[in-house]
Amino acid sequence: MTEIPAKKTATGRRKVELDPRLAAYKGVWVFVEHERGVTHPVSWELLGEARKLADQLGVDVGALVLGAPGPAIRRACDDTFCYGADVCYLIEDPVLANYRNEPYTKGLTHLVDKYQPEIVLLGATTLGRDLGGSIATTLATGLTADCTELTIDPDNRSLAATRPTFGGSLLCTIQTLNYRPQMATVRPRVMHMPERGSPRAARIIEERLGMIEESIITKVLEYIPDERQDQAQLTYADIIVSGGRGLKRPENFQLIWDLAEVLGAEVGATRPLIQAGWVTADRQVGQTGKTVRPKLYIAAGISGAIQHRVGMESSDVIIAINEDPNAPIFDFATYGIVGNAMQILPALTDVFRQHAATAKRAG
Amino acid sequence: MHIVVCIKQVPDSAQIRVHPVSNTIMRQGVPAIVNPYDLFALEEALRLKDRYGGRVTVLCMGPSQADAALRKALSFGADEAILLSDRAFAGSDTLATSYALAAAIQRIREDMPVDLVFAGKQTIDGDTAQVGPGIAKRLNLQLLTYVARIDALDLERKEILIHRRAEGGVQVLKTSLPCLITVLEGINEMRFATMDDMFRAARYPLKVWDKAAAGIEDLSKVGLKGSPTVVAKVFAPQPKARKAERIEVHGDAPKDLAATLLTKLFTHHPQLERHISERAS
Repeated sequence: MTEIPAKKTATGRRKVELDPRLAAYKGVWVFVEHERGVTHPVSWELLGEARKLADQLGVDVGALVLGAPGPAIRRACDDTFCYGADVCYLIEDPVLANYRNEPYTKGLTHLVDKYQPEIVLLGATTLGRDLGGSIATTLATGLTADCTELTIDPDNRSLAATRPTFGGSLLCTIQTLNYRPQMATVRPRVMHMPERGSPRAARIIEERLGMIEESIITKVLEYIPDERQDQAQLTYADIIVSGGRGLKRPENFQLIWDLAEVLGAEVGATRPLIQAGWVTADRQVGQTGKTVRPKLYIAAGISGAIQHRVGMESSDVIIAINEDPNAPIFDFATYGIVGNAMQILPALTDVFRQHAATAKRAG
Repeated sequence: MHIVVCIKQVPDSAQIRVHPVSNTIMRQGVPAIVNPYDLFALEEALRLKDRYGGRVTVLCMGPSQADAALRKALSFGADEAILLSDRAFAGSDTLATSYALAAAIQRIREDMPVDLVFAGKQTIDGDTAQVGPGIAKRLNLQLLTYVARIDALDLERKEILIHRRAEGGVQVLKTSLPCLITVLEGINEMRFATMDDMFRAARYPLKVWDKAAAGIEDLSKVGLKGSPTVVAKVFAPQPKARKAERIEVHGDAPKDLAATLLTKLFTHHPQLERHISERAS
């Protein structure tokens, strides 16, 4: 082995032969987050990732679909086959209509116990994190949160899950060696969205939940959809304009909104601005905020500290505006302008507006 | 009513630096603070106590220095503080941590029944959000995560009504006590400690529980032994090989810089031009 494990104990445990009972666990599973007729895109991203891991291991990809009976849930099953699933495990039950920890935990642990997958992946969403911790505890196995990279360790065929730690200053690779399944959560947008292909299979295995509403203690009285759906859209926005401490005063943040409006973009911010109350917390990009992967990310007055970087460095094109020529953001941005963001931002807004007007006349 | 609030002492991640050569965390001089998310949980518990009466017990697992976090909690008005501390807990991952904390809460509720357990939504050092759900599962408590508002508490009927942040919306949930609640940041604003409480906190005889005091007999469930996950490698993020292409113009006038950038952007990324034009129209 060329890698040097961080702890001695890890060295000893890495070489341990897997208990034959645990070696029987086969397959890479993805929990498909399906609520109110909509599947969260993170599920497709995870299926794409699961496909790669399963091909390396020579095993099947399983998709887990839970929800209320109806055409929407059947459609979700069909969709999983277009994103890489070989087999779809389905539990349909009216009590699964809204997400609740208790019935979902029961359904999932039942499937895991019966079909024994070696890896289970979930989205690191409010739902996935709620569910992941409960399932891992019930199954008494390891769960690694917020992974940014998943690979198979060639030495022992186990999952090597890499995640940022200490606010993104360091990365650590975590393994679950003598327990199965190995579980991990991954944030939306961290993994590539796979191309939707033609279905590679159509094998659906149905199981029953075996719960009645009266036995479930927590009741969903109401679901109130967000009025401003843009809150949720930051994660999947194609263009984002973000501001940081370099904007100096709260009123200068308006320059971010102005440019965003011209570009039809979403607005993001760094942690200090959230803490200072300039912008609401749902717009925070970074380790403790959202991970984004837009086609274009404009960072104004952002130094590029690691805590912000981990949330946006996968963007296709990054434009950085900062007064400090040595700011770390210039180490990974695509284009850099060294200058005063308060002057550059309105100039950008103007040229993009003019361009749009010209394009409109031409078109 | 009896509420247990779980808190953790963490290094202030905003001040953490990584040693450029050895890639290790430089802990010297980094202040230890109460995990900021836990303060929202504590304040929410104290507000319930203000309204309905009862007791708030704070529980913290960590080394002996973590008593500072507990004293901080006491200064805000918590009634009792317990430090769960034992060398056997060192190296615990989230599964082992939830085992130890659940054992301690079990021990607490043998003396006085517990109606509610509060925790922050996650810590700023581990960021996993797994320990709260783990404790709830082990103690068979109803789990309410990402709670944005507590609407009503009925101690007679042992019921609680809350708003929970979900994907793309809010769930209004009703459940029975006892339950475990992890609260969202911003749910409240922390009170100021009174002078009386600060004095009381400083003098307060903290309870320190080791594994035996917490009733933990099975040592295979705590520490490294009780942790399914193993840290195989720690390393610094790879710097990107390519630096940003600097946009420069003679005189550096903002207008010229912006125009140059736009030309460059749309020449090298024509798909972006199409995309932006479509949105603008």
